[in-house]
Amino acid sequence: MTALRRPYIFWLALFAVTWALSRWSFPLYKALDARWIIKFPKAWELPLEGWISAAMAWLVESATFGLFTFRDLTRFISALIEAPYDLVRNLLVDGFQTGLGQNAVEVAPSLSWIAVIAVVGALAYYAKDWKLAVLVGACFLYLAIFGQWESAMVTLASVLISVPMGAVGGLALGILSYRYQWFERALRPMLDLMQTVPVFAYLVPILFLFGFGPVSALVATIIYAMPPMVRITTVALQTVPPEVHDVGKMTGCTRRQMMWKVLVPVATPTLMVGVNQVIMLSLNMVIIASMIGAGGLGFDVLGALRRLDIGAGVEAGLAIVVMAVALDRLSQAFAVRERGHAITGGFVKRHPWGVTVVLVIVGTFLAGQFLPALQTYPDGATVTTSRFWSGAIEWINVNFFDTFEAIKVFFLNWLMLPVKRFFGGIPWPWGVVALGLIGWRLGGWRLGLLCAVMTLFIAASGLWPKAMVTVYLCGVSVLIASVIGIPLGVLAAQNERAGGIIGGFIDTLQTLPSFVYLIPVVMLFRVGDFSAMIAVVLYALAPAVRYAAHGIRSIDPGMIEAGKVSGCTRRQLLWRIKLPLAAPSLLLGLNQTIMLALSMLVITALVGTRDLGQEVYIALTKANTGQGIIAGLSVAFIAIIADRIVTALARKSKERLGLEA
Amino acid sequence: MTKTLMMSAALATAMAGGAFAQAESQDPIKLTTHDWTGQLVTTRIMGEVLADAGYNVEYVQADYIAQFAGLKTGDLHVAMEIWETTGREAMDEATATGNVVNMGETGMEAIEEWWYPAYMEDKCPGLPDWKALNDCAAEFATPETAPLGRYLGGPVTWGGFDDERVEALEMDFEVVHAGTDAALFAELESAYQRQAPIVLWVYAPHWAPSKFDGKFVEFPPYSPECYNDPSVGMNPNAAYDCGKPTGPIWKVAWSGVAEKWPGAAKAIEGFNISNDDMGQLVANVDLNGMSVEDAVAEWLAANESSWKGWTQ
Repeated sequence: MTALRRPYIFWLALFAVTWALSRWSFPLYKALDARWIIKFPKAWELPLEGWISAAMAWLVESATFGLFTFRDLTRFISALIEAPYDLVRNLLVDGFQTGLGQNAVEVAPSLSWIAVIAVVGALAYYAKDWKLAVLVGACFLYLAIFGQWESAMVTLASVLISVPMGAVGGLALGILSYRYQWFERALRPMLDLMQTVPVFAYLVPILFLFGFGPVSALVATIIYAMPPMVRITTVALQTVPPEVHDVGKMTGCTRRQMMWKVLVPVATPTLMVGVNQVIMLSLNMVIIASMIGAGGLGFDVLGALRRLDIGAGVEAGLAIVVMAVALDRLSQAFAVRERGHAITGGFVKRHPWGVTVVLVIVGTFLAGQFLPALQTYPDGATVTTSRFWSGAIEWINVNFFDTFEAIKVFFLNWLMLPVKRFFGGIPWPWGVVALGLIGWRLGGWRLGLLCAVMTLFIAASGLWPKAMVTVYLCGVSVLIASVIGIPLGVLAAQNERAGGIIGGFIDTLQTLPSFVYLIPVVMLFRVGDFSAMIAVVLYALAPAVRYAAHGIRSIDPGMIEAGKVSGCTRRQLLWRIKLPLAAPSLLLGLNQTIMLALSMLVITALVGTRDLGQEVYIALTKANTGQGIIAGLSVAFIAIIADRIVTALARKSKERLGLEA
Repeated sequence: MTKTLMMSAALATAMAGGAFAQAESQDPIKLTTHDWTGQLVTTRIMGEVLADAGYNVEYVQADYIAQFAGLKTGDLHVAMEIWETTGREAMDEATATGNVVNMGETGMEAIEEWWYPAYMEDKCPGLPDWKALNDCAAEFATPETAPLGRYLGGPVTWGGFDDERVEALEMDFEVVHAGTDAALFAELESAYQRQAPIVLWVYAPHWAPSKFDGKFVEFPPYSPECYNDPSVGMNPNAAYDCGKPTGPIWKVAWSGVAEKWPGAAKAIEGFNISNDDMGQLVANVDLNGMSVEDAVAEWLAANESSWKGWTQ
C-alpha cells in the first residue's frame, strides 16, 4: 500500500511547493529584498545574442577559405539548386525563353494544363489503378477550374525540387547513421533541433547566406522536411530481417552491393513512407516559404488575407489541401506498389503510358498554337466561391458574436487566466529545480540534469517570462486538444463510418494552412490569447485523434473478449480495459500534440501573443539573427524537455502494463 | 526534341547576359515587392516606366526589413517604399554602410494614428477630439479590459509609443497589440460588420480608410520636442503626450545603381505620386477587384505627362 502511495506524495508535494511559490513569489521578493527571485538579473544574462549576430556577420562578410569566401560557397550551392528549379518552373509555368526581362523571346511554352493532368493521371495509373488516376486527375482539374493553376504550378515546382533533395539527403544521412554509431549519436540532437526550432528563427540567416528569392525558401523547406526521412531510413535499415542479411552475405555481396542491392530494395516500402512525410512537410512550409520569396499558392493565401479577402484565402488554401491529397495518395501508392510481370513486345506495347503521355504533350503543344484554351486554362471558365466564404463569415459574425463572446469570457476566467497566473508566478530558480526533479524522478539523473540545464539556458537568456507564457498557452491548448481529440479518436476506432468522417476532417485541418483560419478566428474572437488558443487547438488536434484511434484499434482482441466474458458493460470495457491498454499510445499522441502546439505558437504570433513565438517573429521582422536563434532554441528546449518527459512517462506505463520489458 | 530545345534555351539564357553589356547595362534591374497592395502598385509603376525607357526589369519578392541585406550586397537593387514611420531605423543603418542610397521621397505621406469608424460619433459626441474619446472610454471596453477602453495597436515591431502615449495623456485605455496588420484589419472588418465600438491603429495610404467610413483621432499636434523632452506638452513629466508624426515614404536603392544604370537612377529619383492617386489605385485593386497590372496600366495611360517627365 505504501509503495503504491509514495509516488503520489512526491507529485503532490512538488505541485504544492510550486503553487505556493508561484502564489507568493512577489511578497517573498519584497520580504527578502531579493529581486533576482522573480527576474533573472540582467548582469548575469548570457551575451549569446550578440555573439551569434556577430558570428553571422563575420560569416557573411569576411569568412574565407583563401581562394573563395564562405559566401561564394553558399552562393555556389544556391546556383546548384536554382538551375534545376528554373528548369522545372519553366517547364510548368513560365515557358522557355531567351533573353532577359521583357526582351525575352519565348522559345517554347510551358506544359499545357491538359498535359500536366495527363502526366499525373498516368503516374497514378502506373502506381495503382484507374480509381487513383481519376482522383489525382480530378484534384489537378480542380486547380485549373478554380483559377489556381499558375500559382499551383509554382508551388508544385518547388515541391518537385525540394522533395528529391530532402529525400536523397535524408537517405544519405540515414545510411551514414545506420553504418556508424558515432554519426548517429552526433546527428540525433541535430535532428531534434531541426524539428523543433521554429522555421522563422533561421529564415534570416538563410536569406543572408543564400540570397533573395526562391532558393532560400527551398533551402528552408529542405531543412524542415528532411529529419523524418533520416529517422525513417535508419529505422528501415535496422529492421531489415537478419535472414536477408544472411542471404546477402552468402551470395558474397560487397559492402556497397549489400547496401544498394539488398538492404535498400528490401526497405523500400518503409523508405517511401519517409518520402511521403517529406512531401507533406514541404507542403506545410508553403506559406512560410512564400514569406521569403517562394511565391505560388502560399503567396496567394498571404496576399488574400492581407486584403481580408477571406474567400480567396480559403480557395488558395484549399488548393494546397487538394494538391497535398493528390501527392499524398500518389506517393502512398508508390510505397505499396506491387511490381507486375514484365510485358514483352514492341516499345509501344511495353510503355503504353509513356507513349500516351508524350503524345498528349506534343499534341496539346501543337494544338495550343491555334487553340490557346488547350495551352492555358481559359480565365472565363474559372469558378469562384469567394463570395460565399466572405458572406458566411459575415453572417456568423453578425449573428453569433455575442454567443462566442460569452464562451470566450467563460474560458478566459475559469481556465486560461488562472493557469496563466500560475505559470507566470513561478520564480525561475524554482523552475530550474522543479524540472530537474521531474526529470530525475521519471528518467534518472541524466534526464534531470538535461531538463535543469535547458531550463537554466532559457532563464539565462532573459526569456523566462515569455517562456512561461509559451508553456501556459501551449499547456491549455494541449489540454483542450486532448479533451476533444481523444474521445473523437475513441469514437473513430469503434465506429467505422464515424472514423471515415473524422479522418477526412483531421486530414483537411492538418494540410489547410493555419493562416486561412487564423484571420476568421480573429474576426470572431478578437486579438488575444483565446484566438491563439483556438488556432493552436485546431492544428494540434490531429495527433491526439490519430494516436487514440490507433491505440484502441491495436488492442489485442483477446483482452476485449476476456472483458466481455467476465461481464463488463460497454462502459466498463472502455474505462477499465481499452483506455488503460491504450495509454502508451495516448501518451505518444500527447507528445506529438505538444510538438505541433509548440510549432503553431510561432504562427500565432501573427495574431498577437506575448510568448517566445512573438520573440522569434520580432527577430524575423528586424532581421536580427542572434535574437531569432536564441528564442528559437528556447522553444526547441521546451519541446525537447516535454518530449523526454512524456517519453519517460510512456516507458513507465508500458512497463506497468507489461507490454515491453 | 524537348530536351534539345531546353538545352538551347538554357545556353541562350546564359549567353544573353554578356552579349548586351554596354554603357547602360541590359542586366535586369531588380525591384523588390512586398505583401501589401500599395507597394506592389508603386513598384509596378516604376517598373513599367523603366521598361518603357528600355531597361530590363525584374520583380523579386523580399521581406520589408530583411531586404536591406540584399540591397547592401547588390543582390537586390531598388526598394520603392520605405516608410519613415516603420522603416527609418533599418534605412539609416543601411545607408550608413554606404552601400545603400536614399533616392528621395515618393511624394506619398505616411499617416498613422488612432482611428474610429464614423458610427462611433453617435455614441461618443465630441469626436475626433482625443479628450472626447477619453471621456467615453467605457464605450470601448471589452470584458478583458474593463473598466478601461480597449485600443488595438499595431504589431509591437511597428513601434509607435502607444503605451507611453496612454500613460502620458492619462487615458483610460489599455493597449492590445495585434500581431500583424492582417489581424488588425480583421478586427476592424468584424467590428464594422456589427457596428460595434472599436478604436485602432490605422495607416494611410491603405484601403481601409477608403472602404470604411471613419476618422483619425485628433491628438495634440506632434513635434520632435514633444517626443524627446518631457517638459514640452500638456503633461510636464512625460514625453509622448501628443499625436504621432507623419512622414514621407522613401525610395532606396543599391549604391551601384547610379553607376550601372545612370538613366534609371534618374528616373527612380524622379518618381512621384500623390496620396490621393495612390489611395484610388489601391482601392481599385483591393476593393474593386482589378489586377495590379490593369490598375497600373490605367494610371499610366491617364498620367503620361507626369511620368514621362521622370526620365527626362
